[in-house]
Amino acid sequence: MGRDESVFCIGEDIGAFGGAFKATKGLLDQFGADRVIDTPIAESGIIGAAIGASLQGFRPVAEMQFSDFIVNGFNQVVTVAATTAYRWGIGVPIVIRLPSGAGLSGGPFHSKNPEVWFAHQPGLKVVCPATPADAKGLLIAAIRDPNPVMYFEHKKLYRSLKAEVPDGEYVVELGKARIAREGSDATIITYGGTVPMAVQVAEEIAAEGHGSVEVIDLRSLVPLDHEAIFTSIRKTNRALILHEDNITAGFGAEISALITEQAFESLDAPITRVAAFDAPVPFAPNLEAEVLPSKAELKEAVLGLLRY
Amino acid sequence: MFYIQMTTDQLLFAYTNMLRAREFDNALINLYRQSKIVGGVYSQIGNEATSVGTSMALGDGDIIFPMHRDNGAHFVRGMTAQEMAINFLFRKGAMTRGTDGTGHFADPKRGIYGNVSHLGAMVPVAAGVALAQKMKKTKNVVINYIGDGGSSVGEVHEGLMMASVMNLPFILIIENNQYAYSTPVAHQTHNPKYSDRAIGYGIPGVTVDGTDLEAVFAATSTAVERARVGNGPTLIESVTMRMRGHAEHDGGEYVPKEQIIEWQKKDPVLKTRALLLKNKIKEQEIVLLETQIKQEIDAAVAYANQLPPPDPSEARRGVFI
Ligand SMILES: Cc1ncc(C[n+]2csc(CCOP(=O)(O)OP(=O)(O)O)c2C)c(N)n1
Ligand SMILES: [Mg+2]
Repeated sequence: MGRDESVFCIGEDIGAFGGAFKATKGLLDQFGADRVIDTPIAESGIIGAAIGASLQGFRPVAEMQFSDFIVNGFNQVVTVAATTAYRWGIGVPIVIRLPSGAGLSGGPFHSKNPEVWFAHQPGLKVVCPATPADAKGLLIAAIRDPNPVMYFEHKKLYRSLKAEVPDGEYVVELGKARIAREGSDATIITYGGTVPMAVQVAEEIAAEGHGSVEVIDLRSLVPLDHEAIFTSIRKTNRALILHEDNITAGFGAEISALITEQAFESLDAPITRVAAFDAPVPFAPNLEAEVLPSKAELKEAVLGLLRY
Repeated sequence: MFYIQMTTDQLLFAYTNMLRAREFDNALINLYRQSKIVGGVYSQIGNEATSVGTSMALGDGDIIFPMHRDNGAHFVRGMTAQEMAINFLFRKGAMTRGTDGTGHFADPKRGIYGNVSHLGAMVPVAAGVALAQKMKKTKNVVINYIGDGGSSVGEVHEGLMMASVMNLPFILIIENNQYAYSTPVAHQTHNPKYSDRAIGYGIPGVTVDGTDLEAVFAATSTAVERARVGNGPTLIESVTMRMRGHAEHDGGEYVPKEQIIEWQKKDPVLKTRALLLKNKIKEQEIVLLETQIKQEIDAAVAYANQLPPPDPSEARRGVFI
């Protein structure tokens, strides 16, 4: 915002309050109410206003208070934002920030991981940062991108991760996966909120001498870094896809199909998926834990893959 | 409400563009009957005074979001008959490259943004374009058109909410043409006076006779002036009649014949023609204009119709910028 006057923030309670997760804290004081706009509770209104302003040369960053509420603005995203480039040849350079994910006892309506709805819609980019540095670098790249970007920030990472962030202008190109941990015997492909769990499990398995597990952090689902996936699979010959979103028609299905189509010969074992059980995310902590992919479940699945 | 008398030049300009809209409509209906057009033909017959009168109240730099019966507004803002025909028949050279049909194209240089099919979806977007005008301090005004049916969509409320709470230079024209597909206004809303909705947003709301060019022009001019000086949005309900079926596939049998006969007496094109005569424009001059416009439109549609379709390579291009 300091560098580019066309960037502004718009959303609910993002001004003086600094946003439900304090992501915009301090921006009102620094940039004023014209560029940090508090709105009524109107998700279609917010996204529509962002789209409209973007047609006039602005680069709005719209905040959904929780990613769950994107459903109230769904039409604006998939019908308007996603199709405008194709229909009009005009970019819609908006970023929609979506605090997403479960594990905090948010219940069915404050825990969703709705990334795959948007990955399926042509015309949208889908970004899921997993580290503080990426949260900065990918956000800047998203803001500068001429296309609409759905930017998923896993809520659990807000509080559980602390790390240095590069100073100054730091851009992480969209569509380039990151090897979160190098390994040679199996690959966990994941993104967003489950990256830390994957790394922990890989470390434990290494420490226990069961094998060397590579972890790929996709960073973005659209664009998807196919090459990073295939290169790793050709090296390790074993693939596991992990995500917190529920399993059926989740993004794991897409990656699994891609590997089967394009790297089948490299596989020494069936592709494994670890993801949430197909249910709304329940409220009670013990029920929620039942539904979400757990560390123990992941570890067992990786060990099974290594033994296959 | 005060009444602005239009100058003779303005009346002639209005009539010319109303004729363009009417003849373009007739030409598309003809093509439809010959199965020479893909997609629906949504006639705007009966709406010419509204689309032309509202858009004439705007100036350079102002912006419109037309609906499917607002071709008159496209013509007022300078679209040529040939461009319109190429777009509507999505031939090679169409502004959407053939990716989208009817009036969904955008021509930002002329201040025209297109629609999506989803009724009401463009209201928040138009509010956003108005927000941009406020942020850039341009003094430009944005008009969004919506129907009596489309007005029921939730996004219309959210868009108006945003425009009113932020005091944006925004005008919503509700074209109340008595029907939404087969649904009469009585089944669409418990309060058929659409302009009453403005009260809920704390903005002015007016109802005008949408077949009366000068009344429409006057109401819109007032709203434009208000918006330009920073006094925020206005809701204008323009009462008209959809004179044909929803689209040409629809015979509109559900519309009572007497209702059509009643509204035929208020045909906006004929009413404007009478206004020209009253303003001492000669009958021969009017007939000459009518002949010219019909030729212009027929030639444009014939020209577009013989153009090739878009190149197949267009289908896989342009999903992202
Ligand atoms: C959200 C949505 N629902 C349904 C439709 C299908 N549809 C297209 S036009 C129309 C009727 C529109 O009526 P109105 O808004 O009064 O405009 P009019 O056609 O009468 O000018 C319907 C139901 C649509 N385009 N969008
Ligand atoms: Mg209608």
